Amino acid sequence: MTGPILELRNVSKSYGPVTAVSELSLELAKGEFLSLLGPSGSGKTTTLMMISGLLQPTTGDILLEGRPITPLPPYKRNIGVVFQNYALFPHLTLAKNIAFPLTMRKAGRSEIASRVRKVLELVGLANHGGRYPRQLSGGQQQRVALARAMVFEPPILLMDEPLGALDKKLREQMQLEIKRLHRELDMSIIYVTHDQEEALVMSDRIAVFNLGRLQQVGTPTQLYERPATRFVAEFIGESNMFPAVAGTTANGFSILDTAGVRLRAVAAWPLQAGARVVVSIRPERIALQPGDAPSGIENAIAGRITEVVYLGRSRKYVIRTDAGQEIVSFQQARSGSEPDFELGAAVSMSWRAEDANVLPAD
Amino acid sequence: MMTAPIRAGTWWAIARTVVCGLIVVYLIAPMVIVLIISFSAAPFLTFPPPGFSLQWYRKLFGDAAWLDALITSVQIMLPTGTIAIVLGTAAAFGIARGRFPGASIVSSFLMAPVVVPVIITAAAMFGIFRGFGLYGTLAGLILAHTVLTIPYVVTTVLASLHMVDEQLENAALTLGATPWAAFWRIVFPLILPAILSGFLFAVIISFDELIVSIFISSPTLRPVTVKMWSDIRGDVDPTISAIGTVLFLFSLIVLFAESLLRGRWREGASDLASIEASTP
Repeated sequence: MTGPILELRNVSKSYGPVTAVSELSLELAKGEFLSLLGPSGSGKTTTLMMISGLLQPTTGDILLEGRPITPLPPYKRNIGVVFQNYALFPHLTLAKNIAFPLTMRKAGRSEIASRVRKVLELVGLANHGGRYPRQLSGGQQQRVALARAMVFEPPILLMDEPLGALDKKLREQMQLEIKRLHRELDMSIIYVTHDQEEALVMSDRIAVFNLGRLQQVGTPTQLYERPATRFVAEFIGESNMFPAVAGTTANGFSILDTAGVRLRAVAAWPLQAGARVVVSIRPERIALQPGDAPSGIENAIAGRITEVVYLGRSRKYVIRTDAGQEIVSFQQARSGSEPDFELGAAVSMSWRAEDANVLPAD
Repeated sequence: MMTAPIRAGTWWAIARTVVCGLIVVYLIAPMVIVLIISFSAAPFLTFPPPGFSLQWYRKLFGDAAWLDALITSVQIMLPTGTIAIVLGTAAAFGIARGRFPGASIVSSFLMAPVVVPVIITAAAMFGIFRGFGLYGTLAGLILAHTVLTIPYVVTTVLASLHMVDEQLENAALTLGATPWAAFWRIVFPLILPAILSGFLFAVIISFDELIVSIFISSPTLRPVTVKMWSDIRGDVDPTISAIGTVLFLFSLIVLFAESLLRGRWREGASDLASIEASTP
């Protein structure tokens, strides 16, 4: 099959006047790990629940392996879901929990036994089949929930903030484990998280949500290097934003003006001269030089250091421009060195044009 | 210096023990006296009894009228309990999980028999049941008792349902269970102790019920409480305390069984709670 394994076409969900998800179109390729990333209330969990069938979209279509599944109830969709609080059945042993979807599919006794054994081994709980969920740690419960959702080999697996309840160390360990399972079993996964770092670590592609709208879909690199909206630029990593007015555009670069300084930046769409936009630039892409910026140079702004913070791996400088804007810059900290720039020192900031992105002002 | 607060504490402890003791005596003494009189050798209700005898139990179990009344009570209470848990569980599930307008109105209607004075319920049932030919029938008594006991089942099952995470049902659905299968395989086992506990409540209430039964029963079909009531108004001999003791022991046993069950479903609930706790 060459088409996407899952496709959402113009899916919306509203509760009365409140729109939880609006006009969402999204595709999942076979074997892909796609994260839905966004703050709480951004519509990512609602989207997941619509795919699982636990919620019905108000409008739009959902297709699994090319077939519309929108009218199907969850128990006819054959989609695995890992819930945030695991939702293990407390009165059943691990083996029975994992056997549940197979029992529902009327699988034979010996097939159930061998599949349960195999999947328990896969998640590293080979000898725990007879235990009850309450006898397990959070991380172990998480593994069981995962095992239960994949034992019936669903074409796609949905995970709703599955690691949210775990502490940082366990969380990172489970991230790698889920990645390993994804690779080894060639699963197609949609993973909901509000943790951008987690999304960057785990995903092939990330779909960023805000206020019920899909902001941007792309690889972690694309999202970081070429954010499409202000929200994405600020939600994934840190960004400095310069309000600017567009001038001419040539060879994919636009000439812009911010407070009398000429900037050159990458515009993803044709800009009208005079349009109000924002230019975003990552703090670690800003180079600092002592002294005032030579006039007439592109992408160089003068300012004074107002704050220096030592972060170990780097130093964070806050610089106030002559126009009164605060800019953050990260500089690699050299071993044993004192800060290169003192508080109050005059510096000039500069960056490469391809590191700056033009975003809608919205 | 150190003894003063200890002494104050001791005084409080003594006062508390005395008050609690008095309350317990006040509550239990009548029952104990009934129990003692039921073994009386005297032909009247006198206390203390002049001697020990099992004559009243012999009379009770040898008397066809008393046996009939006991059998009638059992014939009412078992179907009542069964119907009440089926309807009560369904109602509780609907109230807890259903999203329909007026859910709270429905639940207050179900609770009405507890709030409305029993005599009013009884008179209303009497009027209606006569019209349907249910007066003086076993079916009528069962129906009446079912209405009275459903609120207890609903309350118990509802409390237990609130402790069952709805996400479990959702998980079951995504794993391929129909809503029906999700209920039977997941929800039902988790609330079963509460359902059984509701059954025992219903059975006790039915067995002890007097007022509605007086209205619905006829001279030929009387549960044991109604026969006791009419006997008390006529010639009283210690048979009444023998039957009283039997009722008392029955209730005691059922309550004991219920408290064991309650312990179990609390335990089940704490399992759920501990899973919740580990996932803040």
